[in-house]
Amino acid sequence: MNDLSVYAAAGILLFFIGLYALFFRRQLLSKILAANVMGSGVFLIFIGLVKQPGQSTDPVPQAMVLTGIIVTLCFTAAAIALAIRLKELNEEHHSATRPEDDFG
Amino acid sequence: MNNALLLLAILSSSLIPGLIIFTLPEPALRLRTTCNMAGVLTKLVLVGVLFQRVYQGTLPELRVPVLPGMELLLHADSLSLLFLGLSAGLWLLTTVYAIGYLEGSPHRSRFFGFFSLCIFATTGIALAGDLVTFLIFYELLTLSTYPLVVHRGTPQALQAGRIYLAYTLAGGALLLFATVWLRSLAGPLNFASAGILFTLDASLHADLSLIFLLLIAALGVKAALVPLHSWLPTAMVAPAPVSALLHAVAVVKAGAFGIIRVIHGVYGVEFSMTLGLLPPLAFLAVFTSLYGSVQALRQNDLKRRLAFSTVSQISYIILGIALGGPAAAIGGLVHLVHQGLMKITLFFCAGNLAETLQIHKISDMAGVGRRMPWTMSAFTLSALGMIGLPPLVGFVSKWYLGFGALEVGQSWIVVFLVVSTLLNAGYFLPLIYRAWFMAPQGRRNEDWPEKNGLETDWTLLFPPLVTAALVLLLGLWAQAPFSPLYWVQLIVLREYGQ
Amino acid sequence: MILADFLLAQPWFVWLILLPLGGAASTFVLPRRVAPIGFCCALLILAGAVFSVCQLAATGSLTQAAGHWSAPLGIVLRADGLAVVMLATTAGVGFIISCYALGYFPARGHEPSRARYFWPLWLFVWAGCNALYVSADLFNLYVTLEIVTLAAVALTALEGGAPAVGAALRYLLTSLVGSLTYLAGVALLYAGWGTVDLSLLSQVLTEDPLSRTAMALMICGLLLKSALFPLHFWLPPAHGKAPAPVSAILSALVVKTAYVVLLRLWFEVFASFDRAMTAHLLGALGSAAIIWGSLMALRQERLKLLIAYSTVAQIGYLFLVFPLAGAETAATVWTAVILFMVAHACGKAAMFLVAGTIQQTAGHDRISQMAGAGGPIGVLAVVFALASVTIIGLPPSGGFFAKWLLLNAALATGQWWYCPVILTGSLLAAAYVTRVLSWAFLDVRRNVCPVSSRVMKWPPLALCLVALLLGLAAYGPVRVALTGAPVTGHVLVEQRP
Repeated sequence: MNDLSVYAAAGILLFFIGLYALFFRRQLLSKILAANVMGSGVFLIFIGLVKQPGQSTDPVPQAMVLTGIIVTLCFTAAAIALAIRLKELNEEHHSATRPEDDFG
Repeated sequence: MNNALLLLAILSSSLIPGLIIFTLPEPALRLRTTCNMAGVLTKLVLVGVLFQRVYQGTLPELRVPVLPGMELLLHADSLSLLFLGLSAGLWLLTTVYAIGYLEGSPHRSRFFGFFSLCIFATTGIALAGDLVTFLIFYELLTLSTYPLVVHRGTPQALQAGRIYLAYTLAGGALLLFATVWLRSLAGPLNFASAGILFTLDASLHADLSLIFLLLIAALGVKAALVPLHSWLPTAMVAPAPVSALLHAVAVVKAGAFGIIRVIHGVYGVEFSMTLGLLPPLAFLAVFTSLYGSVQALRQNDLKRRLAFSTVSQISYIILGIALGGPAAAIGGLVHLVHQGLMKITLFFCAGNLAETLQIHKISDMAGVGRRMPWTMSAFTLSALGMIGLPPLVGFVSKWYLGFGALEVGQSWIVVFLVVSTLLNAGYFLPLIYRAWFMAPQGRRNEDWPEKNGLETDWTLLFPPLVTAALVLLLGLWAQAPFSPLYWVQLIVLREYGQ
Repeated sequence: MILADFLLAQPWFVWLILLPLGGAASTFVLPRRVAPIGFCCALLILAGAVFSVCQLAATGSLTQAAGHWSAPLGIVLRADGLAVVMLATTAGVGFIISCYALGYFPARGHEPSRARYFWPLWLFVWAGCNALYVSADLFNLYVTLEIVTLAAVALTALEGGAPAVGAALRYLLTSLVGSLTYLAGVALLYAGWGTVDLSLLSQVLTEDPLSRTAMALMICGLLLKSALFPLHFWLPPAHGKAPAPVSAILSALVVKTAYVVLLRLWFEVFASFDRAMTAHLLGALGSAAIIWGSLMALRQERLKLLIAYSTVAQIGYLFLVFPLAGAETAATVWTAVILFMVAHACGKAAMFLVAGTIQQTAGHDRISQMAGAGGPIGVLAVVFALASVTIIGLPPSGGFFAKWLLLNAALATGQWWYCPVILTGSLLAAAYVTRVLSWAFLDVRRNVCPVSSRVMKWPPLALCLVALLLGLAAYGPVRVALTGAPVTGHVLVEQRP
């Protein structure tokens, strides 16, 4: 705990910034980006905490972080796809209902 | 046949016909009846075999492990046979009656399916060898009777079903809690005639008393102890065979039988006396009985009056057990059968009146004795039995109750019995008088359909006549071998060793 | 004999991961044959699960190092009692859901694309679940959780309407937060002790601020993913809006994956920690979930939402395990929770499947507008009630014995206040089921309903019967569940003074 590096500290900061934005931002895209920021924070913690001074770099956390990045990438892609679909559906819905609104 | 196999066969003689009947299409009347009667008759034969074995002293049992350290135990002792014999015999009559009663009405496959399941659960309750197994079948009984209560499908029936479920499931939850608690204190809860709890440390006695209270409250829901009885009159919207079954055989009796098992099988009479648990129960039974009778006096609906009469009569059973002496126990246990016979006759007759003449209210019953003499004769005989007129079966029960009360030095019970008898007479005699000696009122008479041949369908007439005959014969020859009284004396003899 | 030895030596549980993965991949190659491929996979997985159970019974827990790289560097798979019970449950329930899906997503219907997407995604979920059960390290658990979630999110969106897509998106984001929080905990643990292997960690882990922080983070993340009250907000819309087989998959299987991870953490990794406060907090949240979820279920107007809120309530029961797991009662609650998960998986899947059939038959799932004694709706309502017997916890279902054990543990540890919660939950469940059951008896003549296909009627019924009779056959599953379990003691606790 003593050699908490500046990277890990930054990671923790990013994690909480992401968390905050995810809950308090209204826009979908911001939320997705916030989740990514959060993810980057976690990865920074991973790398930053594990690197012990005076030793060779441990490859395991790097492999893990790489896997994590891939997972987050997949999630981001899925989220964006869903967000686009949602936007289309909402537009369809509006264009379908607008004529009725006009009559009303 | 192997003993364990015999128990399984008795259970499945109601389960399998029930399951087959569910799959039968509605118009397959003959197939359904065959299936039903095959189950009923098989069961009677098997129960007969079991009777003989238990009489000779073998007590068959069957163990099924369900969890490491817990097994389900089915066993047959003389007490289980009392309840089993009652349910098997009355199942036959009720089935015959129900076939006639429901002729041409919809959803009969469903009805008879659940009817068989209900008997299956009752059989399980009778054969349960420990409290856990008892609990399982007790809950199954709740599930299988709900569809019967709501069978009519009217909003009123559904409402009654909701009330029924609310009461019985809450009771079931309480029973579950009490059973788990008791088991975690005492280990396996196999029924033994002297009870199993007297070996426990004295520091647990307070807990045990509380558990007893919970158990009685839980079982008292089905046994319709005041103030847990309100579901019973509401459930009267069900068809007559269901009411007959609920009151005489299955539900109410299951509650009473459970209380008997708790006192005689788990706590033991002596130990319950030591804990001082029985006198309050006796008071509750007396209060319930008087309350039920007073309420019955006020009802104009025939079935509701009979329902409150059940509330009153069931507590005789509880009273007999709670008094603690052997003679009182004989009175209580034998009333389990006697009340069943009388009450089922009354409900059959009430069903006949409703089905044939659309009579539901007591005020409409004037002169009905002349139109339906056989039905009303059976009714009258059973009602007089309920009042306790010698030589009918009701008298036998009351005689032993009174004798047993004196035996344990509770002479005030005799006063209660006299008052209760007067109340019983108060709500049955005017009804009998009205049916036989009053002229049919005005328009009513012409509404009644013409009588051609029998006064109603033979399937509706035959069962109450049989049970009414039993009410008379078992009273006249109460001491005959294998009469209920003879068997109950055997039970008490085996338990008290006198 | 040789054949038997050969069969026993095979790592069947590995095949249970590879099979659905391979199946899912091959559906992309053969898009016209998705349903047959999927169904064959389901059948093979079922057979493999049966082999796994036999193997466990014969030889005890098995481990398999992927590519012969052992821990701490490689990935170790381990099939212990919990894993195998979950594998078998998933196989059984999954097989029934697959049968049902054949009818629900007709390959030549007006929407063939739904079948084309359903099968590969479902197989991915299945592969993820199976891999998760046998994973023996924290990071692998994370990856498998993510596979399950990603495929589950896509399944949720399968319905295609704006509400479904919105629910899926919300599910995805919530899940992502959960898993990232969990991953942060993993990072802390790795930083402190240099391993993510469950058994290695449980040996070296000591209680210090770092490990406590890690525990808090991981538990929080998993709570979010397993939808414990008050973090359940994403669950009802996602489960209620999805197509019926998907709802069944989500409610019966997917929700439990995060919980299984939590169970492994609690009983293995952090077993030596002083966690009384956490346990009580989880117990309180669980109790709140039982009551709140049941009350919400009682108020729902839509059948599928009712079932979804019922899931929220049932998850609450799972969390009562943590405060109730004392020194003596560990085996009791372990058995209880496994029995409960199996019973709930069968019961809840059956409920959703029947709800799907009801919806197709009636054209809607509004609770207030259904009736039909004797008709198809009436029959389905009875099947629904049968399925919910285990949810209510009435005998002879598995749910009954699970609740029995929970009550036993509550009394044995002197925490009697959980008893009224457990029983009230049962009664409320009975109340909301009765609302549906009354359709079976309410005699109102309606227009003749279209009769749904057989494959949508019999599989749910089979599942109902399994759920109903599980209690009577619980002895076998319980013995399997206790094989290699991290708990000791008697299943039934007695406390004679």
